Amino acid sequence: MHRVFEKTNVALTSLLLVAIVGTANAGGPVDEKLIIDGELEMITRTAAPEGHPLDEVISGWHYRTPETRALEADSFQNPGMLGVELGEEYWNKVEGTEGKSCASCHNDAASSMVGVGASYPKWHAPTSRPINVELQINQCRVNNMGAEEYAFDKSGQKPLTAYIKHQSYGKPVKLDLEEGDMKAWWEKGKELYYKRTGQLNLSCASCHEKNNGKYIRADHLSQGNVNGFPTYRLKQAGLISTHNRFRGCIRDTRAEFPKAFSDELMALELYVTWRGTGLSVETPGVRQ
Amino acid sequence: MAAKPRVKVPKKASAGYIITIKTLVTHKMESGQRKDKEGNVIPRKIINKFTCEFNGNVVFTCDIDPAVSANPYLEFSAKVMESGTFKFIWLDDDGTTIETTKDIEVS
Amino acid sequence: MNINRRNMIRASVKMAVAGTLGLQASRVMASPEDTAKALAAFAGDATPTAGTITLTAPEIAENGNTVPISISVDSPMTEDSYVESVTILAEDNPNPEVVTFHFTPASGVARASTRMRLAKTQNVIAVAKMNDGSVFTDTRNVKVTIGGCGG
Repeated sequence: MHRVFEKTNVALTSLLLVAIVGTANAGGPVDEKLIIDGELEMITRTAAPEGHPLDEVISGWHYRTPETRALEADSFQNPGMLGVELGEEYWNKVEGTEGKSCASCHNDAASSMVGVGASYPKWHAPTSRPINVELQINQCRVNNMGAEEYAFDKSGQKPLTAYIKHQSYGKPVKLDLEEGDMKAWWEKGKELYYKRTGQLNLSCASCHEKNNGKYIRADHLSQGNVNGFPTYRLKQAGLISTHNRFRGCIRDTRAEFPKAFSDELMALELYVTWRGTGLSVETPGVRQ
Repeated sequence: MAAKPRVKVPKKASAGYIITIKTLVTHKMESGQRKDKEGNVIPRKIINKFTCEFNGNVVFTCDIDPAVSANPYLEFSAKVMESGTFKFIWLDDDGTTIETTKDIEVS
Repeated sequence: MNINRRNMIRASVKMAVAGTLGLQASRVMASPEDTAKALAAFAGDATPTAGTITLTAPEIAENGNTVPISISVDSPMTEDSYVESVTILAEDNPNPEVVTFHFTPASGVARASTRMRLAKTQNVIAVAKMNDGSVFTDTRNVKVTIGGCGG
């Protein structure tokens, strides 16, 4: 049995390589503009920040079919908005021993949370590591609400994260790398980005840096930016978190994947988010 | 907790005007074709009917099968002659309904 | 059905797939008889003619789980002349029935959109039934891609 599996893997690996190389001229990002409801123009292409290996940073929206792009351009039709609206209910839900909701301290998210989603991951001095919106919510729940942490992707975590990030809809991603040890974590994330893993021996860069715009089988590879997360994926018909997507990608290289919110994935989120510097927050994006 | 249904109806319209109505509701639309980890078929549970009424009269309905995607989206039209209330009803396999209303001012 | 090159290729691919997958393939697809039966249940004795109804669907669906489709039927939508119903059928899904829209003169125009599941590349058929019993149809072939990432 083992030998059969090995052979299959070798065959699949070469198929994948052929798929990437074989359609080298196909595709590329479309030359279109993402204007939500004909009103809010998103920054979906911008000059890369200093130290970025690519010249231009491009949103994954440009790599999708006309129908998928249209879904995101209409904020009513965007099915991810169901998740955002659910997130608003979690924002107002009183939980924990302190009898508080998010709104008890932060009031109206439409004013208090503007820009927040565009600036995470952020340095968190008490735990000496960068934290993302999901972990910031958990900090608040434990320290201020006397409530339990949300488990990964459970309960209100995805909708509330999407709701908070959505308050930065259109705002450009900008991280503060000067705080604490952010630079060291950035370096660690960069190292992981280029590290080949799994039986397929692929790094993030193999697909999203060297081959974006080309096809891996029928999938049109993007730059792998995370400015639309949590994003609505047509495949799962629901909101998908950044760490779920990271784990999915790593799994697809046939490697063991790290735990959500582990040091590895936090470093990777920090680095990958930085790679999308200047792109508008699109949460909830719509992807295949 | 479940998200409320989303319905988009213009707030105002001129009499005789044909408006576009968009609806989106949270539902898994379990097709009855999938199996769980133990190999047992997950029973079908879908929204099987949608109705739109205006001032008590049926404007548009549809019969829905498991091939409609999760979080069903429906877009259709209505010709409005007077002010009133649209009522939207989604019927689940289990007999429960999701309902909402929207008012329109017609001049 | 026209016997053109595309249909020939489709037929031979179907045979090859059926041959390779054996039972599995026959289990997951509706048979052409199922589609014919569903069509007859909707249209009765009337023979559908092309035209009057337009089905809009993507040529290539990025994911078969969520495929946007729209129909539009040319009709005055008056008490005397209107579209009663439009049904959508997918001939290679586990069951061909997708959705049936029921219109009234109060609909104003016979137009509707939804999002559907497609198990594989196949024809999507829209059939409109008018209040005088006449039946019209339109078909689109939608290619369903299989992603490189996790399938």
